[in-house]
Amino acid sequence: MLNIKNLKVSIEGKVILDKFNLEVKAGEIHAIMGPNGTGKSTLAAVIAGRDLYEVEEGEITYLGQNLFDMPVELRAREGIFLGFQYPVEIPGVSIANFMRTAMNEKRKHLGMEPLSGAEFLKIMEEKKKLVDIHDKLTNRSVNEGFSGGEKKRNEIFQMALLEPRLAILDETDSGLDIDALKVVANGVNKLRRNDNATIIITHYQRLLEYIIPDYVHVLFNGRLVRSGGKELAKDLEAKGYEWIKKDAASI
Amino acid sequence: MEEISNGILDEITGSDYKYGFYTDIEMDQAPKGLTEDTIRFISAKKNEPAFMLDYRLEAFRHWQTLKEPKWAHVNYPPIDYQNIIYYSAPKKGPKYQSLDEVDPELLETFEKLGIPLEEQKMLTGVAVDAVMDSVSVATTFKETLAAKGVIFCPISEALQTQPELVRKYLGSVVPHTDNYFAALNSAVFSDGSFVYIPAGVRCPMELSTYFRINAANTGQFERTLIIAEEDSYVSYMEGCTAPMRDEHQLHAAIVEIIALRNAEVKYATVQNWWPGDKQGRGGVYNFVTKRGICKEDHARISWTQVETGSAITWKYPSVVLMGDHSVGEFYSVAVTNNKQQADTGTKMIHLGKNTRSTIISKGISAGHSNNSYRGLVKATRRAVNARNFTQCDSLLLGDKCGAHTFPYIEVGNRSSVVEHEATTSKISDDQLFYCLQRGIDMEGAIGLIVNGYAREVLNKLPMEFAVEAQKLLAITLEGSVG
Repeated sequence: MLNIKNLKVSIEGKVILDKFNLEVKAGEIHAIMGPNGTGKSTLAAVIAGRDLYEVEEGEITYLGQNLFDMPVELRAREGIFLGFQYPVEIPGVSIANFMRTAMNEKRKHLGMEPLSGAEFLKIMEEKKKLVDIHDKLTNRSVNEGFSGGEKKRNEIFQMALLEPRLAILDETDSGLDIDALKVVANGVNKLRRNDNATIIITHYQRLLEYIIPDYVHVLFNGRLVRSGGKELAKDLEAKGYEWIKKDAASI
Repeated sequence: MEEISNGILDEITGSDYKYGFYTDIEMDQAPKGLTEDTIRFISAKKNEPAFMLDYRLEAFRHWQTLKEPKWAHVNYPPIDYQNIIYYSAPKKGPKYQSLDEVDPELLETFEKLGIPLEEQKMLTGVAVDAVMDSVSVATTFKETLAAKGVIFCPISEALQTQPELVRKYLGSVVPHTDNYFAALNSAVFSDGSFVYIPAGVRCPMELSTYFRINAANTGQFERTLIIAEEDSYVSYMEGCTAPMRDEHQLHAAIVEIIALRNAEVKYATVQNWWPGDKQGRGGVYNFVTKRGICKEDHARISWTQVETGSAITWKYPSVVLMGDHSVGEFYSVAVTNNKQQADTGTKMIHLGKNTRSTIISKGISAGHSNNSYRGLVKATRRAVNARNFTQCDSLLLGDKCGAHTFPYIEVGNRSSVVEHEATTSKISDDQLFYCLQRGIDMEGAIGLIVNGYAREVLNKLPMEFAVEAQKLLAITLEGSVG
């Protein structure tokens, strides 16, 4: 589904990612871990298409297409979803209106009829149940005045509505209490299918107690220094990132 | 500059008009220029009562003593008032035979606004099919209103049928001495709307200039007079979201509203005149005086406006709160793009006791435009316990536009409370990226964000107007970011 080869990314001349390779297949969950400032969020942003970064080398193919040929909104309509680390507020725009607009853009791209108000409401209610949102969150303006936990739940709710092929969750677990963490994990698990894939970017092992990844990768100083199965996350938790740093120094 | 205008004044006031022009009632159009003869011509053309001609002449003589105001935060080359045609008879017959002859860019905008084909034809002046019988629509409309005693007609018609009402109220809220453009309008106004709601009547429908079939071609000096008797209610909509191209560059309208005891008048405007091209060439100058008076106790007047058009907008819909417990409201969204300039706001003049006013102003600037809010809140000594709340927000798109706020507050007593809140914000790259990442394209994203920002005001518009206004905001800002 997603194939990253020899990626080198910089911002204002400073190299953030280098010699980065990753292959994600349908049905898989990948966790990318690493200390702060190692390029995890940059990776997510580059896949989504943020233009703050310069791709110096390498390629990314998504469903066989050159990702760099696709503008941001096209990537989204083709099924790439980014769960933001810091979701922004859009005052005055209700979540319902925002999501209906987004879903209809995607449907238009896929040659489908736009959803009527009633159809949309029905789908929205279903998805609210799926991700355990029972309150009036959807009537409120996008992220405006939301607590940290509400923002992250809203991201998962949006993911449920958009049914992405490839979801990238950027530090979705940061700042969450255990209940909110469970809601997020539960959402991801319920949405998991063998025709979609998820990349979870996280600093802590905590979320991985609730979402079992197929692969764990450790990113350090812009490079993948270690990849393994789910047990790698446990090792990391036990030994800390210092262990990896020593490891990386020897590469 | 002063010398030149003095020169013109001399020319106008002194000796005989050099073109030897005299009143010819058969002419369809007055010759260029403005003299007493022009005014006599207009008045005669409209077969006006003598008081109207006297009023016009008095206004004209006063206008000649005035200088064009320069205090607004706008720039434009000097206007040659002698190079304007002040009267031309409404055009008969269609301008075009089919839509194929109409500017494709204009049609594209209609398409985006979702305006039905037949309506597009009406707006662009294409011959309308017999299928859409606008005359019968208007007739049904008139019958419903007449049953309630509501009068809704061109002001020129009211001068024939209701001369005493017009005489009593015309100029009572905006006297001809009010300002330069008010004097000019009072001298030469072409036509406009007249609304009279009898005591105790709740007007059964939204009154819209759209339904007044001869509303087209009211020209550049429009005059509107709305009178709401005791315990009456009316909601009035002016303009339409469709882009209006107009060969007249200068527009100077006056709207007067009189609300008597316990009456309520809501006035909504969507203004989308030709703003000129991207370099700022052409475009309408819109210098408007709009004012309402809550003349008696418990009266309410609200102004809601969505201003997206015109090269220059100079407009301050105001409320004089004379009656005790009267209420004035002003809700405004003003958008400027490219080289547009807007200096707009309101005046809330509290004279009565326990009067209240609310001002919500949302300015949106893009491109190289300038957008200013100018507002006066005044509470006199008598206006005990007057209250005002003002919220004045500016949104910037890009870094070449300007937003300015000029609030004036004058309070003459100890019990009044005046609050003013102001914010300035930008559409951030983060907001745009968030929308793009959800599959919404750049134009859609700007439309969403801007409409969200303006929602408080858009909510005040009548339903069907609001939907169109939302699309209009998005279209106006197309291509302004990215």
